[in-house]
Amino acid sequence: MKLFEHEAKDIFRAFKMPTPPGGVARTPKEANARAKEVGKPVVVKAMVLAGKRGKAGGVKFADSPEEAEKCADEILKMRINDLPVEAVLVEEKLNIEQEIYAGITIDRNERKYVVIGSASGGMSIEELAEESPEKIIKMHVDPTLGFQPYEARQMAISMGFRGKQINQLGSFFLTLWNIVETYDVELTEINPLILTKDGRFFAADARLNIDDNSLYRHKDIIEKLKREPVEQNERERLATENDMAYVELEGDIACICNGAGLTMATLDAVSLYGGKASTFLDLGGGADAKRVEKGIEIALMYPKVKAILVNIMAGITRCDEVAKGIVAARDDGDITAPMVIRMVGTNEEKGQEILNKAGIPFLQTMEDAASKVVELVKEVG
Amino acid sequence: MAILVDKDTRVVVQGITGTQGEYHTISMLKYGTKIVAGTSPGKAGEEVNGVPVYDSVSEAKKAEDVNASIIFVPAPFAGDAALEAIAADLNPVVVITEHVPVKDEIRVIHAAKAKGITIIGPNTPGIITPGARQKVGIMPGHVFSHGNVGLMSRSGTLTYEIAAGMTNAGIGISTALGLGGDPCVGLTTIEAVRLFKRDKDTKALVLVGEIGGDAEERAAAYIKKEYDLPVVGFIAGRTAPAGKRMGHAGAIISGSTGTAAAKIKALSDAGVAVADKPSDVARLLKKAM
Repeated sequence: MKLFEHEAKDIFRAFKMPTPPGGVARTPKEANARAKEVGKPVVVKAMVLAGKRGKAGGVKFADSPEEAEKCADEILKMRINDLPVEAVLVEEKLNIEQEIYAGITIDRNERKYVVIGSASGGMSIEELAEESPEKIIKMHVDPTLGFQPYEARQMAISMGFRGKQINQLGSFFLTLWNIVETYDVELTEINPLILTKDGRFFAADARLNIDDNSLYRHKDIIEKLKREPVEQNERERLATENDMAYVELEGDIACICNGAGLTMATLDAVSLYGGKASTFLDLGGGADAKRVEKGIEIALMYPKVKAILVNIMAGITRCDEVAKGIVAARDDGDITAPMVIRMVGTNEEKGQEILNKAGIPFLQTMEDAASKVVELVKEVG
Repeated sequence: MAILVDKDTRVVVQGITGTQGEYHTISMLKYGTKIVAGTSPGKAGEEVNGVPVYDSVSEAKKAEDVNASIIFVPAPFAGDAALEAIAADLNPVVVITEHVPVKDEIRVIHAAKAKGITIIGPNTPGIITPGARQKVGIMPGHVFSHGNVGLMSRSGTLTYEIAAGMTNAGIGISTALGLGGDPCVGLTTIEAVRLFKRDKDTKALVLVGEIGGDAEERAAAYIKKEYDLPVVGFIAGRTAPAGKRMGHAGAIISGSTGTAAAKIKALSDAGVAVADKPSDVARLLKKAM
């Protein structure tokens, strides 16, 4: 689950981390009020779960509450990365001496959390890694001991800070670690973390992603947010409810398969034969007839879909159940696009017999099926 | 010979009384796996298909001399179950469960590492050695035939697809193992290659990877330097968009890392024959061997 900047900052503040004075606004009028409370020039930022919002025009500066209201009006009308902007954050415009990067993520290779800092913040950590990798300081967290205060201070020292700034900046890293530990965070970033001209540090931005698999033990956060953990359209929501993995793409062929690796390989095969997939739909293991029918129904709700490719390698799944699901979907009149079926594995003969009786053709290999469905789409036009 | 599981493997099923645990216990027994005990706290004395149930792993070990574990308990409790198996010195510990929180995975992996125990998974179909009729996992045993090719993969059904293709082409498998679809897994791709290298009966490798992370790139670097036998690869997710999780928690391109293109290039540079389609794997193996 990705948190909006203002939600992440609420958590930061609860852990006593300094953030710039300000607040969230859902209307231009509210933005005016927030700017008045701040009483100084402000920055008005679009609250969207998308990177590069600055480049998209989602960050504006205002010298007066009236100007802040106008900025908010413009930003709230925007769509950034095809997402509507439903709120803005109005905060004091800081007097910047230096922009710093601070973050914690998971090193998949080491299988450890890694604390990352750089005295040159502002740009993305990836851009920084390309431009000046020597400026990135990393420390892996001991999986049994956790991240220690002396390590947090060492981060600041290695980044070039001295005197009382060692403790001041170090405490940001330590606080980030406490938040990571408390809320099963898989990625958090403060970029930029700002050092002001008068020598104070503030978390000017905030990114916080919580491990979806851990949400069951963080109901308190979800309740406080008063929103769904993940923004989903109706089809995505239905797929999640039915415990299916579902991703929408730009093409026109819906791939319904069992298993994530096989589904990915099926999308790739479609592309290899000159087609483009619209849908990644992984039914999961052991899908029964109802589930298969539901999967087809969800896939067909996506307007881009012109044809369906069902590719099943049955292990725990049974081909007869898959066949029953396909026949049921057809008999209910659900299937509004041409469909190509390939299924092999457990109870293959039984499944094929069911399809034969229903007059539904099927193929033996995934390559034949992929090339066939691409052909069909070309015919449909 | 094979790796990790053989005829002396004596398995305890943790979570044997659950639907999944029971279903796969029966399937593993049918295949020939020595499932000698199960655990389910509070259910000691019960039996599942003739397998005695114990309250804890240490009780099961005392009574049945188990030396390996397979875990089916639900995600919120899977980390605890794995720590229990590690405490009892079982090796390997196969974690089938999907959706285990990554914080728990990290704790388990390092607890195992400290004791030299191999964790397979989480989110894995498990491990199978056809020659010893040992399957500690959920894969359909019949698609795997005995032979001398080691197979490792980050996915389930795609592995069955490739294994079935190999079987049809008359190519058998020494051991096949699912490494798991999560970002953090116990046994890594490079460690699996290392294990296969030490196995005298494995004469070639198949490496099935997917987008996300850089495990394949690291394995490629190792293969280039240390592994002289033929290796065939396949990478799923060539057409996957960046920033979307493709079914597996670990299958995500973040920024510019984890792309299929980078993995294919690294493998090709290491002399690995990379297949365009799953069905090409068997053909490339024949050519390489």
